[in-house]
Amino acid sequence: MVAIDSEIVRLIDVSKSYYRGSQMIPVLEGISFDIVAGEFLALMGPSGSGKSTLLNLIAGIDKPDSGIIAVNGVDITTLSESDLAAWRAANVGFIFQFYNLIPVLTAFENVELPLLLTGLSRKKRKEHVETVLSLVSLSDRMDHYPSELSGGQQQRVAIARAMVADPPILVADEPTGDLDRVSAAEILGLMSRLVEDFGKTIIMVTHDPKSAEKAGRIVHLEKGELVSSSFSHQ
Amino acid sequence: MFIIKLIIRNAFRHKLRAMLTVTGVAIAILAFGLLKTLVSLWYLGVEASSSTRLVTRSSISLVFSMPVSYKERIRHVPGVTGVSTMNWFGGVYVTEKNFFPNFAVEPESFLKVYPEFILDEREKKSFLTDRTGAVAGRKLAAKYGWKIGDRISLKGTIFPGEWNFVLRGIYHGAQKSTDESQFFFNWDYLNETMRKTVPRRADQVGIYVVAVARPDQAAEVAEEIDATFKNSLAETRTETEKAFQLSFVAMTEAIMIAIQIVSYVVIVIIMVVAANTMAMTARERIAEYATLKVLGFKGYHIAGAVFGESLFIAMLGGIAGVLLTFPAAGWLESTLSQFFPVFQIAPSTVILQFVAALIVGLVAGIFPTWRGATIQIAQGLRRIG
Ligand SMILES: Nc1ncnc2c1ncn2[C@@H]1O[C@H](COP(=O)(O)OP(=O)(O)OP(=O)(O)O)[C@@H](O)[C@H]1O
Ligand SMILES: [Mg+2]
Repeated sequence: MVAIDSEIVRLIDVSKSYYRGSQMIPVLEGISFDIVAGEFLALMGPSGSGKSTLLNLIAGIDKPDSGIIAVNGVDITTLSESDLAAWRAANVGFIFQFYNLIPVLTAFENVELPLLLTGLSRKKRKEHVETVLSLVSLSDRMDHYPSELSGGQQQRVAIARAMVADPPILVADEPTGDLDRVSAAEILGLMSRLVEDFGKTIIMVTHDPKSAEKAGRIVHLEKGELVSSSFSHQ
Repeated sequence: MFIIKLIIRNAFRHKLRAMLTVTGVAIAILAFGLLKTLVSLWYLGVEASSSTRLVTRSSISLVFSMPVSYKERIRHVPGVTGVSTMNWFGGVYVTEKNFFPNFAVEPESFLKVYPEFILDEREKKSFLTDRTGAVAGRKLAAKYGWKIGDRISLKGTIFPGEWNFVLRGIYHGAQKSTDESQFFFNWDYLNETMRKTVPRRADQVGIYVVAVARPDQAAEVAEEIDATFKNSLAETRTETEKAFQLSFVAMTEAIMIAIQIVSYVVIVIIMVVAANTMAMTARERIAEYATLKVLGFKGYHIAGAVFGESLFIAMLGGIAGVLLTFPAAGWLESTLSQFFPVFQIAPSTVILQFVAALIVGLVAGIFPTWRGATIQIAQGLRRIG
């Protein structure tokens, strides 16, 4: 176990490669950096630089070949598949570019999903779901199916789903990549609020410098290596 | 609870695909049930045959007849409790298409030897006394709308001419398996007519149906009868009714085996089709399964949803197939009544149908279930972007 101060995430010399047949494709090489609790971090870099891969490692849905990923003092690279699933459910909320809502479930049911794995009563679950749906201003769309919602609305449902179990960390892979300017601004505003008002730590992959500006810090990846880390306006 | 909701909604996500799959399974299960029934009914005559009845026929072949004088001699063989004369008549009612079995029988002994054909007392009396009287099974009478007292004429094929009968009785069967689609008339009418028209064909009997008291006497009595006519002009061959029936069925054994095989092939085909559909469905949902896993759901949750959907679709088809089997059997019974007097679906067949549907669901679900359960999240998510 690794000692931490205010760092919620600490990456130490993390490497990851994929194999295509016998050919090794290095994706991340010796990445080290910290993320402070309550930070809104943007990960930028050209396509194929390994942003999604890095995000997946931090979120515990993929494992590095070497290195340590300590989240809240726990080295998640040592967890078993099954422990990792439980860890994810408690610690990380996910926001995807294409929302990844389940089409046969209503907005309410989609948001309720993470809670089904907890011991919460039906009544308690309903309370939680209604609370987060009102947070994203979709109380009136609870019974709508994803196909009946706009892209921006679907992403708000996804954010509600990521928030409902109250995890300390949110990861977002190009959350505005599929949205128009207005909806994108709305989503980014919402994410800023989650950091400011709820103290969440957000790690967001983005291509768009304008979106990245909303974040407190921007980390640049290039060919699997960290090239710069700069604090923005704040 | 949630998983059931997910299964049902997922199952009907592509309405057309779900409908086609369910229909396919239903038709396969229907065909399976009907074919199975057909095969078992084909042997029904054998199973329904009495073990206290023997059939004596010419030892050369069934088409050769025996003198009527044999009747008295058979009656005197020890162990014999009744003898009836019978000739296959092979008459045609109006057109060739209206086939039904018709026989000339000696009424009194016939009804004694065949207690399963039940006539009420009044009908019985008038059948026994009317030389041109005839009786028909309940099904047969219903099919042609015959009522007691109706005149029925058959065109002779083996025995030429136009033969007119008066319907004196409508019998019903003592058991469900009793054939209610046959037609019997007075042997004397046939014989006297032959005497007048073709004398050399008179006094000839196709088969003798012999009753014995106990099944264990059958073999001995049969041997004794055949010994009686050894070295005569018309030697006989006597066997149990069951053996007699089997000799007919044996001719079609190969066909029955083929039908049996086809009934299973139908199931295998739908299994492959359903498996392909389920695999296609699972492939399209890989990203959803990955998302559920991201949220903390485990492999077995995904497996349950996929497997459940496969079983659900297959069982829907199975239920539809079974429900369709009954009207289909009713329709077959009315159109194929000459071959299958009772086309009844046995409870065991219905159970087999459900088992077949279950196996289709299991097999179709295995591969996609395994895929869904073991999917790597990072890989699965890449499917969307
Ligand atoms: N499962 C995999 N098998 C093989 N190679 C992979 C796999 N996943 C990712 N890669 C490779 O790793 C590299 C980094 O991929 P990654 O998805 O992290 O890039 P990215 O920075 O998110 O790009 P983009 O901006 O296009 O989303 C790419 O070259 C990609 O082809
Ligand atoms: Mg990416």
